[in-house]
Amino acid sequence: MTPASVSPQAVLDRSDELRRGLDGSFRDSMVASLYARAGELAGRSVREHGAGKWDFDQRIDRILTSRWLGLPVMLLLLGAVFWVTILGANVPSQMLANAFFAVEAAAATWFESMGAPWWLTGLVWHGTFRGLAWVVSVMLPPMAIFFPVFTILEDLGYLPRVAFNLDWLFRKAGAHGKQALTMAMGFGCNAAGVTSTRIIDSPRERLLAIVTNNFVPCNGRFPTLIMLAVIFVAAAFPPAVAAFAAAAAVVAVVLLGVCFTLGVSWALSRSLLSGEASAFTLEMPPYRRPSILRILYTSLIDRTIFVLGRAMLTAAPAGALIWILANVQAGGTTLAERSISLLEPLGTAIGLDGVILLAYVIAIPANEIVVPTMLMCYLGGAMMMDITTYEQIREVLVGQHGWTLLTAVNLMLFSLLHNPCATTILTIWKETRSARWTALGALMPLGLAFLVCFATAQAVRLLPL
Amino acid sequence: MNTEACDSCPAHVQMAKMGVEIANCDHVVALAGNPNTGKSSVFNALTGLRQHVGNWTGKTVTRAEGAFGYGGKRYKLVDLPGTYSLLSASHDEEISRNFLLFGQPDCTVVVVDATALERNLNLVLQVLEITDRAVVCVNLMDEAKRKGIEVDVRSLSRDLGVPAVSTVARTKEGLSDLVASVAGVASGETKTSPSRVAPPTEVQEAIDGLVPLIQGMAPGLPSARWVALRLLDGDHKVREALLSGELAGLADRQQQPAPLDASRIKAIAGAQ
Repeated sequence: MTPASVSPQAVLDRSDELRRGLDGSFRDSMVASLYARAGELAGRSVREHGAGKWDFDQRIDRILTSRWLGLPVMLLLLGAVFWVTILGANVPSQMLANAFFAVEAAAATWFESMGAPWWLTGLVWHGTFRGLAWVVSVMLPPMAIFFPVFTILEDLGYLPRVAFNLDWLFRKAGAHGKQALTMAMGFGCNAAGVTSTRIIDSPRERLLAIVTNNFVPCNGRFPTLIMLAVIFVAAAFPPAVAAFAAAAAVVAVVLLGVCFTLGVSWALSRSLLSGEASAFTLEMPPYRRPSILRILYTSLIDRTIFVLGRAMLTAAPAGALIWILANVQAGGTTLAERSISLLEPLGTAIGLDGVILLAYVIAIPANEIVVPTMLMCYLGGAMMMDITTYEQIREVLVGQHGWTLLTAVNLMLFSLLHNPCATTILTIWKETRSARWTALGALMPLGLAFLVCFATAQAVRLLPL
Repeated sequence: MNTEACDSCPAHVQMAKMGVEIANCDHVVALAGNPNTGKSSVFNALTGLRQHVGNWTGKTVTRAEGAFGYGGKRYKLVDLPGTYSLLSASHDEEISRNFLLFGQPDCTVVVVDATALERNLNLVLQVLEITDRAVVCVNLMDEAKRKGIEVDVRSLSRDLGVPAVSTVARTKEGLSDLVASVAGVASGETKTSPSRVAPPTEVQEAIDGLVPLIQGMAPGLPSARWVALRLLDGDHKVREALLSGELAGLADRQQQPAPLDASRIKAIAGAQ
């Protein structure tokens, strides 16, 4: 074969020379002839007769993306998804909890009868196993309902319509309209949401989408919101409308999250990330009939089992850690009591308490374990307590630990706003490769959470309620 | 149920889903196409993998890879992000373009939406500028039917100069034809003569002036014409690839067909 005889530079020089000889609009004319050729080819091989489904799609779009109905329909759909989740998850959650705690009690008794030391029984069954049991029973039922329903909406082709409906809001905030899509992905998991920001080309708008993704509550945080909505909101309504009220409360929290997303995007695009929103074309896909088997597979295996598996990986050591904290004594008090009393002043100042903050510290690896951690701390010791229904949880929180409506509201706010979980922080780092943006993505929400909760707590305490 | 008939069916015997076992493949096949045309469905149906499929544009943000077997050969399938063109420099378009150029797939399947053929053909024509070895997969034929649209794939195939196959990836309809066409093109048994848009005369002259130089620099480079066109258009990425010696490296590989493992895959990864 002939060796390379021409240098790359020579090729470049020649191409520059030739380019100067060409008409400046040659690229446009090339593109135009490409389009003309495509049109010619399509004209020869495509035959159309009648247009049935197309009209149907457009008629649906006229409602779903209409100026006036688009947003209300979207909120209704969102509310319906939560309503179905809340309604369906309650009973299986209790059944799972009952089953797991029966296993815990039996296994602990068996360990004792085998002569296992008390600390081993405690660490394995009242610590590690109980952590796992809480996570599975609190998280699995809502996820197993929420993910398939959400996947159906995705498969139908609804998500791009959401982006279309919200585009004007994002544009006003100086952000990219596709951020609505990445936000929707964040509902499942913020780490997935951060990865999906790759669909945004402009680096500035992509950073906005990355650092604000945390403001949509991910599936790990929904159980917290749902539990609080059921215990504190639904309880105030007659049973017939309780589930609606709870769903409405969750929608309200999500809306607040969207407001924070827009507000923070707006503030950032006028300070650190200043610039104009870029234009883009968004294709409205045709409505496709969802394929049920694939939806079940995607939502149950890819999403539910994946998220649950991750939660369980962190819940097991967290359960053991809580047991150790609650059972190892130093100077007459347990480590848990010590750390709780250390965090108590800060917790009180923002309308929460020391236990909640401790739960959030332990739950940095995964938000899913906040509620289980909190409950384990509250219930303390190795005492096997049959706390499985929402009413019993309410009894423990309000009756024994002095929770008020303020605690519930602030916990919802804190849960919505606080720092992303370790996986999401890691993903932000992977996507931005910048310590600065990773730090901002982690600390800005945390600061905002403290600020908002502090303000609410002070306002409630100052007002004569 | 009696499955004997299935076991002896040629399609069943010849085709095997190999999931993620992508080592030691005989051929590399790229999967390109506009967003939301069902590339991921085609990918899943061929490899037996379960890549997430969603009805929205831009869902596949990372490159997925899988493998399948057909007629005793192993094929590595690379699912590229959906793009409308290969001209502008968005991140996705760059990934797809780089893979077509530097990954040098033995066959590129361009998945097109039968309900919007005209728009989709723009990408097909651009892909055919880069590579001769392509198969057009006219997907979503069921949707087209419902909308009252008929696509004559034989006439399309004749016009484009590469095989065109109609499919419904979600129900796996037409996939065995697709795989057979891919095998033919990848092995070189099927000769293709892609339709190319004739540029204006003065541009054609400039291309003619530049191609010999490019071939002198990198003998055997298959996409010299496309590289010339991009250089005349002042494409930064292609200039960089030229100066860094990546393009010349490609030509070397053409001449000594190296086994398709570490070195070539590294080159593909490096191209991103």
